[in-house]
Amino acid sequence: MTNLGTDQNPLLVAIVGSGPSGFYAAEALIKSEVKVKVDVLERLPSPFGLVRSGVAPDHQKLKQAIKLYEKIAESPDFNLIANVTVGTDISVKELRDAYHAIIFTCGAESDRKLGVPGEDLKGSYTATEFVGWYNGHPDYRDREFDLSHDIAVIIGQGNVAADVSRILSKTIDELKHTDIAQHALDALAESKIKEIHVIGRRGPAQAKFTPKELREFGELSDCEPVVLEQDLLLNPESEKELEEKSNISSKKIYDLFCEFSKREPDTAKSKKCFFSFLMSPKELIGDTTLERIIFEKNKLSGESFKQSARGTGETIELETGILFRSIGYRGIPVEGVPFNESWGTIPNDKGRVTDSENNVVDQLYTAGWIKRGPSGIIGTNRACSVETVECLIQDLEKLNSSTKKSGAKAIYSKLDIKSIRHINFEDWKKVDTSEIELGEVKDKPREKYTSIHEMLSVIK
Amino acid sequence: MTTIVTDNCKDCRFTDCVTVCPVACFHYDDDMLYIDPDVCIDCSACIPECPVQAIYEGDDIPEDKENWIEINAERAPNLPVCEEQMDPLPGAEERKEALGF
Repeated sequence: MTNLGTDQNPLLVAIVGSGPSGFYAAEALIKSEVKVKVDVLERLPSPFGLVRSGVAPDHQKLKQAIKLYEKIAESPDFNLIANVTVGTDISVKELRDAYHAIIFTCGAESDRKLGVPGEDLKGSYTATEFVGWYNGHPDYRDREFDLSHDIAVIIGQGNVAADVSRILSKTIDELKHTDIAQHALDALAESKIKEIHVIGRRGPAQAKFTPKELREFGELSDCEPVVLEQDLLLNPESEKELEEKSNISSKKIYDLFCEFSKREPDTAKSKKCFFSFLMSPKELIGDTTLERIIFEKNKLSGESFKQSARGTGETIELETGILFRSIGYRGIPVEGVPFNESWGTIPNDKGRVTDSENNVVDQLYTAGWIKRGPSGIIGTNRACSVETVECLIQDLEKLNSSTKKSGAKAIYSKLDIKSIRHINFEDWKKVDTSEIELGEVKDKPREKYTSIHEMLSVIK
Repeated sequence: MTTIVTDNCKDCRFTDCVTVCPVACFHYDDDMLYIDPDVCIDCSACIPECPVQAIYEGDDIPEDKENWIEINAERAPNLPVCEEQMDPLPGAEERKEALGF
């Protein structure tokens, strides 16, 4: 049998998911010393995952990561098979038959639950839905958010919570030249929200924003950031955390909160964004629609860097009709692939998928959020995908197969039998060009197509 | 807004930053790394990776390091891209200690 990874017998890899991790995995494979053919499967007609539909529309510079992905896609060893859902259109078994290896980079598409009564009341939304909606993700374009309330609450203090809060805090003028979906711009133009409360379960020294994201709240044209000075008192363990030189990011965040607390409030601004700490929701109250939230005050316990929030028994109520839960994402299981229910990830050892007994499952690999959980930013996934691909290349000998693998060809014939339309990167470029043209008229970087049908009709 | 590498990198060149750069915008010479401002997307993933805190972003750049904005912009485009982590320069650990890290 010819060695795998040669011109005669190239390593055939399917990557499931075309977000950053998928592209970085493809890049690492293509740049490796072995001959590869990489097919990236994507359930939407549009690639780039959360760079397209997660990164906030007012962060256009971050979206330029796409330029690198486009360069990767130019490689003759790269192929996109989009508009195809693994698990329904194509099974994992079929992928295993067609490829030497499969890398799952399908991200964390679902949300962690608060686990409190009333969570499913109308008016209680996940950050994911809202982010998907303003970013024109086809799954969320028909969502409706009641923005007619004075007060909005965001639970969570990471960058997604910051994005949601910032979008609610900005004026239409601050958003209209971004690639925000038109339906979202129209709805936000009618928003009555005046107060945005961003609430964390731990203290100001443990907030997970990046300093850059937090700093933006000090620069909004019609919204003032508010932090109460008394909320910035630290326990000795938190003080110790901030003194640690390597924890400079938390120190910067804390300093920004201090800066916000000392600001002369600009009374000309019509909105306020409050950052509050040490509170956990206990119950969401309302008949069918959210009316108020009961929070329990917390205190921190444990040693530095391992402090957790413990309820004190003291409760406070906040009247609000709209809540966004942003306490983390979790992955969705794929049939035929092991899944860790409690973490919402695919169990793995450095990217090699493992079963319930911790044994490596041949052929299957994973990278990105579905591998390690929803942490880090775009670039973090590069190191993560590189690690996975290094393992895959080490396994080369084991991945060689006595039966011939036919890669994309096998997949196309299966899709054709089922009359499932698949699109490639060239097709996508037509959608891309059309979106940019539509955006030009409105002085936006692009106007996204928000339905699969619309995208497919552009390709024809 | 721009993200830059400053003098703490000099004679260290740990390159931990390179592994998390989403756009491969780090370039290197014999002494240190530089960021190409035309390629960098200011995601700040690299900042916490640096063991000697040599990287700063926009509003955070100390006044006495502002000259590095120009140095990065001038040198980076003419130097090779650093795409993968390299071994730190000899003496990097000692320098790191001397810098107080």
